[in-house]
Amino acid sequence: MSTQSQNHQVVFHVRRYDPDHDAAPAWKDYRVPVPPGMTVLDGLHYIKEHFDGTLAWRFSCRMGVCGSCAMLINGMARLACNTQILDVSRTALTIAPLPNYEIIKDLVPDLAPMFAHHASMKPWLIREDRDEILNPTGEYKQTREELEQYIQFTNCIKCGACLAACPTVATDPTYPGPMALAQAYRFCVDSRDGGLEERRDALDTPHGLYRCHYAGECSRVCPKGVDPARAIQLMKRNLVFSYLKLVRRREPSQLLTGPVPGAERRSEIPAPPPFTVEGAGDEA
Amino acid sequence: MALGKKHPNRLGIAGWLAGGRYGGERYLYTLHRLTGLGILLYFALHILVNLSRVFGRESWDSLMAIFESPAFKIGEFLVFAAFAYHAFNGIRLVLIELGLPFAVGRAEEPVYPYKSSLNVQRKLAVMVILAAALLVVVGGYDLFILGH
Repeated sequence: MSTQSQNHQVVFHVRRYDPDHDAAPAWKDYRVPVPPGMTVLDGLHYIKEHFDGTLAWRFSCRMGVCGSCAMLINGMARLACNTQILDVSRTALTIAPLPNYEIIKDLVPDLAPMFAHHASMKPWLIREDRDEILNPTGEYKQTREELEQYIQFTNCIKCGACLAACPTVATDPTYPGPMALAQAYRFCVDSRDGGLEERRDALDTPHGLYRCHYAGECSRVCPKGVDPARAIQLMKRNLVFSYLKLVRRREPSQLLTGPVPGAERRSEIPAPPPFTVEGAGDEA
Repeated sequence: MALGKKHPNRLGIAGWLAGGRYGGERYLYTLHRLTGLGILLYFALHILVNLSRVFGRESWDSLMAIFESPAFKIGEFLVFAAFAYHAFNGIRLVLIELGLPFAVGRAEEPVYPYKSSLNVQRKLAVMVILAAALLVVVGGYDLFILGH
């Protein structure tokens, strides 16, 4: 039996839209032989190579890192590269561009509004020592516990799946969406940051943070386990507690400094072992 | 390709119910919004009905006679059911929005297979459904069987 005949035949219902020729998107079917392990991204490549070279979608890394290939696969926003076809269906797949974004072509959504909302949250460390930020001379102090407050939310790859799944985004284009709000929390809770007050205007608006009523879809579809819904709720708590002055104002952490000049080693702390490479400690 | 020409694809109200193959919390969200709007509508009607007292006892009595009809009895029951759900789910949302550890859990480094705050709050969601259902049954018994 040939390999081709051992494969499942899966019908791809793909939503096509060509802005030059189509007034509205339309569905088109392609029959793809699917061996075990084949991803949706591989399936789209197969269609492009064998049936229609004009099919457009976005992709880059093929391994769930770049966040380019998010699309609606059988009614759920997922990364095409991260999704094996036979895990979803053995007969048919429906593939559409992410909803809640305008369609540029075929499966390519316009993510620009999401990035505009992201930029409005000032997703960088806000501190008063700008010279140190621009020309760093060292590292800021941060404990493991402080890192754990936000490390979950740094995994975001900005694929946009969360906004496609969010029912609030579906009706309110001015709502920043889970990605931007989670990133606002990621920076606000960072012990090196002092920008909560600067971000408050973007967060605390009639169309801001409190539009979220915890549908939880952002966390359900997130391919990286970021859990934006949790970040949004924790951000709400931070804003309310800071407004009610229930939390002590925290100053951003300071630069790590070396030992005081002339300090002597405490007798109970052993000296480090000698260098194993000749001349390695000369410049110290 | 005609740059700038894009096709709108925002789901709108359909996104509340038919956004895709999603989970139960989405429908709790939709129900919370719909019951909220329903209670608001009832509140407006309630004010208008009470306003009829201004026009004298006859006006009031004739309106009350209309509300004795079975259709309004069912309407009254729906308002009560909406209230029961909205109240319990509102408490759930307050607990979640306070970021309490038993409601949304603590931030943690994600390890595959990922667990999220959805898993943490699920017991609250189940409790909301059970409590609202119990109150709706008791209210229905009181309204339709005892006839209060």
